[in-house]
Amino acid sequence: MLVLFWTDVLIFLLVGMVLIFVLYARRREHLCAPWREVARSGVAMGSLVVLGFYIVIGLLDSIHFRPAMSPNQDNGQVQYANEILSVFDRLVTPLRVRGEKTYSAPFAAFLYTKETVELPDGRQRRQFPRLKYGASHLTDPETEKTADIVMTGMFAAAKGLLVWGVLCTVLITALGKWKHQALRSVFAQMRAGQTTVRWRSMLYTLGILMVISFVAADLSMKYHILGTDKVGENVFYQALKSIRTGLVIGTLTTLIMFPFAVLLGLMAGYFRGWVDDVIQYLYTTLSSIPGVLLIAAAVLILQVYLDNHADEFSSVSERADLRLLFLCLILGVTSWTSLCRYLRGETLKLREVDYIQAATALGVRHFTILTRHILPNVMHIVLITVVLDFSALVLAEAVLSYVQIGVDPTMNSWGNMINSARLEMAREPIVWWSLFSAFIFMFSLVLAANLFSDALRDAFDPRLRQQR
Amino acid sequence: MIAYIVRRMLYAIPILIGVNLLTFILFFVVNTPDDIARSQLGDRRVTAQAIDTWKRSHGYHKPMIYNGNAQGLGKLTDTVFFKKSVRLFAFDFGRSDSGRDIGYDIGQRMWPSLAIAVPTLVVGILVNITFGLFIAFFRGTYIDFWGVVTCVILLSVSSLFYIIGGQYLLSKLFHLVPISGYDTGTNALKFLLLPVIVGVVSGIGSGTRWYRTLFLEEIGKDYVRTARAKGLSEQRVLFRHVLRNALIPLLTGIVVVLPLLFMGSLIVESFFGVPGLGSYTIDGIQRQDFAIVRSMVFLGSVLYIIGLLLTDISYTLVDPRVRLQ
Repeated sequence: MLVLFWTDVLIFLLVGMVLIFVLYARRREHLCAPWREVARSGVAMGSLVVLGFYIVIGLLDSIHFRPAMSPNQDNGQVQYANEILSVFDRLVTPLRVRGEKTYSAPFAAFLYTKETVELPDGRQRRQFPRLKYGASHLTDPETEKTADIVMTGMFAAAKGLLVWGVLCTVLITALGKWKHQALRSVFAQMRAGQTTVRWRSMLYTLGILMVISFVAADLSMKYHILGTDKVGENVFYQALKSIRTGLVIGTLTTLIMFPFAVLLGLMAGYFRGWVDDVIQYLYTTLSSIPGVLLIAAAVLILQVYLDNHADEFSSVSERADLRLLFLCLILGVTSWTSLCRYLRGETLKLREVDYIQAATALGVRHFTILTRHILPNVMHIVLITVVLDFSALVLAEAVLSYVQIGVDPTMNSWGNMINSARLEMAREPIVWWSLFSAFIFMFSLVLAANLFSDALRDAFDPRLRQQR
Repeated sequence: MIAYIVRRMLYAIPILIGVNLLTFILFFVVNTPDDIARSQLGDRRVTAQAIDTWKRSHGYHKPMIYNGNAQGLGKLTDTVFFKKSVRLFAFDFGRSDSGRDIGYDIGQRMWPSLAIAVPTLVVGILVNITFGLFIAFFRGTYIDFWGVVTCVILLSVSSLFYIIGGQYLLSKLFHLVPISGYDTGTNALKFLLLPVIVGVVSGIGSGTRWYRTLFLEEIGKDYVRTARAKGLSEQRVLFRHVLRNALIPLLTGIVVVLPLLFMGSLIVESFFGVPGLGSYTIDGIQRQDFAIVRSMVFLGSVLYIIGLLLTDISYTLVDPRVRLQ
């Protein structure tokens, strides 16, 4: 049975909007030109592949359902489980269900803590017990483990390379067909990096990602590749699940805030007078409240509300989802002001431009001038801000969750992973793997987003384009 | 000039009223004064009598925003909102809901905040300018390319990891400084070192990149070409001409954050256990002490507005072409 969370609905709405824009822009040269510039940049296309990887996982994780249980014997009706899963959960079932008792290091065969075990002869001894799932297929982990990891890893990497090779061949054939060129010349151009779209860097990144994911997938079937956390949950699984949270915060916040920013910014700049005064007053007031304070206060309010209305939610994840949405909302409220101010300034400049003056003289209505003449000319600012904000928001989520005014503690997020891991820093030997995994996943997402947004800004900002 | 400043100050009043109203609504939209009284009295089963006494003694017994029973102007003034807000404009913060003098607390906690924020800002700017100039000097070379790459990598790391990494490296591994805490007098120095280092290092990525763009923009201007045409050496052009002119946007960028240094950093202070204004605010929020939250929000907004004003004034000081009207 399909379950729709609020954030799921908004995510798919966003995907729909992007698709509509792509279809709309395809036939319009002036909209395509900057994107073509982006496509020429190797770094940008490489990061786009990484981003795409994250987005696919995030989207798979956004289709939620209640799994059907075996039909009831009496009336044949299908019952649904209480637990809400996503398609992604289904794909990685082994990661989800193979829990240990408590901490275990990456690739470990033994638990992190000692336990009292009864030996066959009846005596009791304190020792590190074997893990239930991690490396359980080995009889003597001490000697066999390294060889097994290397062998499995190599085999998986070979599989990854094979799949990558097939993908490359398919792409080259498709390109050759489309452009009516010999496959050999397509291949040569691609290798020399002379194509209009930088396929070379995309394919290299894809190759690396393929090898990594195949190796990770195969090793995960035998080991806990990033260890387990306090309650024995697989850290790799947690880090993967956190991707959706990060993406939701990074994208939905801007989706929520940008209609307000655009509407108010354009109105303030275009109408001036008292409209401008009111809107300026509004955003100066909002931006003079320190952002963290506003967020903290709002989240606390929500917490009180959730505690008082606990019975209105059918499940914990539904509650957590509402809190996530609310967090996006409040982050949006605190972050629209700078975009609004920027748009107002740009509109003030634009309304004095000749073609707007001409439109006014011809008696074009305000609404039409705003939507047909001004809006398309400020869209690049909106786009640049949205992409630049993305990485800042992903980072902000972690900090906010860390000071406990972020997402729900039951929700998987990188901030929560760090938060639960920080107290274990004092342990000996140190429990580092939760921090490490959160770091790697966050870092690669934010780095890819930063590199991509840099290329985007270079392509879209006409001022920068002139300089080069 | 003076007329301009006065006008800006008058303009600040409606903004501050708006800020107060917003905080007020945010805080009381779910928490009724009854709830606050109950949590402050610390018991689930307090009598209605006790709640009433607490509300009366803390001034929460009046209607919230609009008093229908009062006469004339009293409809607006004889309310919780008016009574609680109007004194803020004279910087009289009153007592917190738990009975402490907020003004005194702020005076005490201001110093640790400043002790962290000021060195972080000064050292950070010096370091960033140095790196920025260095990269701008070698523009178009491999040093430039890899410098920018390093910056992007540095700014992609969450600030949490700088803090955790700093604590782990300096405190746990090398035992150089304590992990967190604070002390009075010169003893505070060893506690300050780590937050300042972490603050500076975490800012290098974005700071250096920003200064590099600033310098490169300046290098592209006509007067630089003139200076080169005169036959000046690259060092002289860069350090005497470009640096001085780049100081204008640099200075105004710094002035805007100066007043907010008083507020301290919420995040850093709560991490390192520093008893500054940042952790004061967080505590206030977590204890649901409206008096503290309101005072800090008010103070923050006042400082923000002062910062904007100072920026405008500093523009006229460093650039005589700008006139305020």
